[in-house]
Amino acid sequence: MKIKIQREEITEYEVALENATLLELLNEIKTKQDATLTYSSGCRSSVCGSCSVRVNGKEVLACGYKVQEEDLVEPLKNVPVLRDLVVDMDKAYEFNQKAKAWQTNESNIALTQEDEKRNEVQSDCILCGSCYSACPVYAVNGAFLGPFALTRVWRYVSDAREEGTSAKIDNIQTNGVWDCTLCNACSIVCPQGISSKADIEKLRSKSAIQGYIDPSFANFGGGFGFDGSPSF
Amino acid sequence: MRSDVLIIGAGGAGLVAALHAHDAGAKVRIITKEYPTRSQTSMAQGGINAALGNASADSIEAHVQNTLKSAHGLANEEMVRFMCEQAPIAVNWLDSIGVCFSRTKDAKIAQRTLGGASAPRACYAQDYTGLKILHTLYDRVLACGIEILSERYLLNFITNTDEHNKLYTCGATVLNIRTGEVEAYESASVIVATGGYSRVYDKHSTNAVGTTGDGIAAAIRAGARLSDMEFIQFHPTALKNSSILISESARGAGGYLLNSKGERFTNELAPRDEVARAIHNEIEKGEDIFLDIRHLGEKFIDEELPQERKLTKLYENVDPVYDLIPIKPVAHYTMGGIEVDANSQTKLRGLFAVGECANHRVHGANRLGGNSLLELVVFGKQAGESAAEYAKNFTHSIVSQEQTKSANNFITDVKQFTNQIDFYQKREFIGTIFYNNAGISRNEMDLKAVLDAVRQIQKELPSMGIKDKSKIYNTNLVEFIEFGNMVELCEIILVCAISRNESRGAHFRADIPQENNMAYKAHTITWKEDSVLCADFME
Repeated sequence: MKIKIQREEITEYEVALENATLLELLNEIKTKQDATLTYSSGCRSSVCGSCSVRVNGKEVLACGYKVQEEDLVEPLKNVPVLRDLVVDMDKAYEFNQKAKAWQTNESNIALTQEDEKRNEVQSDCILCGSCYSACPVYAVNGAFLGPFALTRVWRYVSDAREEGTSAKIDNIQTNGVWDCTLCNACSIVCPQGISSKADIEKLRSKSAIQGYIDPSFANFGGGFGFDGSPSF
Repeated sequence: MRSDVLIIGAGGAGLVAALHAHDAGAKVRIITKEYPTRSQTSMAQGGINAALGNASADSIEAHVQNTLKSAHGLANEEMVRFMCEQAPIAVNWLDSIGVCFSRTKDAKIAQRTLGGASAPRACYAQDYTGLKILHTLYDRVLACGIEILSERYLLNFITNTDEHNKLYTCGATVLNIRTGEVEAYESASVIVATGGYSRVYDKHSTNAVGTTGDGIAAAIRAGARLSDMEFIQFHPTALKNSSILISESARGAGGYLLNSKGERFTNELAPRDEVARAIHNEIEKGEDIFLDIRHLGEKFIDEELPQERKLTKLYENVDPVYDLIPIKPVAHYTMGGIEVDANSQTKLRGLFAVGECANHRVHGANRLGGNSLLELVVFGKQAGESAAEYAKNFTHSIVSQEQTKSANNFITDVKQFTNQIDFYQKREFIGTIFYNNAGISRNEMDLKAVLDAVRQIQKELPSMGIKDKSKIYNTNLVEFIEFGNMVELCEIILVCAISRNESRGAHFRADIPQENNMAYKAHTITWKEDSVLCADFME
């Protein structure tokens, strides 16, 4: 099987492996053919978020993707490449801090099954960064809080234990919920089935209840969102 | 640059320790060779034990007794009792900071049965328990503004000697993976929370690739003692081709183990050492072994075991809703580790240890499922508070220049090693001979042969140099140093396994299948004197 990997230049490798995950293939190249090939990996079972890359332009976890003939493997987009397929995630991680994605207070109120289901999926986030790579808004606005940070804000805002909801909503108005174009690219690439787009919409509703309005409405008199689709 | 408490490792244990050291007023710095949410903790699926009695009657005493029984005489009852008593408080704390545990219909934290437990005791969050705990801890660390430095790889602990010529730890030298530079982090106290060493079994392990025992190897080099290194737990159910873990909760919920004839052959919910041996015996007879959860139904599997279904489809091309899951036992958890006292301090003053890299004597010869997440929360708090307290009273000076220089020399030397022998091949080779001869079933002759092979590899290390000479982000270099650490630990595991002429828990000697309490109801302690490995049995 032949694959191409974007390093300093596109490099082609031929590997005798069938029905393998991309990570198994990368390991095979690293240990048998070319020890200089550089990538990140960890758990092999899609929970540590280390091995996200792009294959033929789409974000995948290398451990969760079965390689196809002639695949082109590239590092994530919208993030500095450190070497080959390894990117610097520090900046993306910092958005969790900026977005204050944590529970403000300690609380032991009893959660019902319904309470728990409300953010079950969002709390599956593995911070692999696929969503930042796919996000067209983040590509042009490096200050945009971005998909996983906003999903993680929703994860806490939607939690019955959180008492500081309103401050959390206040904190995501600038470079936050209204900057998203709801294009859904983040949802399509999320390996955990999370839709940051949907979470951002829910955060917008919360924002509206708190009296915030979509700045694009304020500017254009309302009706349609940035991408031409009705925003409601 | 100096911190009060330096924490090496950002898995569950390291983050819990960081939060509590921070609460105690210490200036905390965390360094990790990965990023803080990428650790082994993310892979814990089954749950965290606490005798809450939410699903059916349970008691702390039952938790203590189950743990002691599984430990086969090698656990310290006081430590076990402390852990089990603290368990409800630990789970309550996790709940209070936002962990999304699964819930019962009457709004309590849901609990399920794991092997060796007399009641449904493991609190869980689907099969993402470790992931959700780890990420909530990380969010908490952010809230506290604790400094985290990612992609720094531990080389050695910095030690100084006081006026009485006694050693103390006061920092660590690390390789900044991104820049290729050696850095020194000075600190009044250091907590090592770097995880276990199951990757010595290479692909025959459920663990993440970074589980290479770096902190344990650095600790014994610096002057700490290790204990019970021969006790390595094999998880009964990993996927046959990939060693990917299938949680014990699948059996807890009623899953069966079947051989090729479709017969059940063991009690699926016995402790892991017993189940792993039963499977091993069947495999020796030529049987293929399967986990059968079909009768649990699609709804239950999707609700409680979503990850298992996804991974089985991906790696084995079978859907557990309709098909049998091919499995084998592989290395999963290392009970042995750095010896600590009742305050989580090692024999080396100022060095504290917690999590899988430490041996708090709560698992003994065989750990119970659900007790490792518990251990890291309970003793993470203890280690964090102890290290902060120690740092408060720390009055010594810290000199790190010379040890930074030797760390630099080490990196330079390693890069100059010749490349006649491929260390990746040797890494795979060790994994295979360990799995076959120092794994579930051992005997003296095989163990000695493996020890010879490991010692040979030790001698050959200078001929196994790296091929990648890059300064920037050189994973070939990091993997080689990890390999060196594993080879160092391999020798220790084998020396301990050869010395322990009995069978106990996870250490099963086919040549001496009985427990011998007269001679061996004791801990295997190892340390180094002038770089020479010493071993003895101690209470």
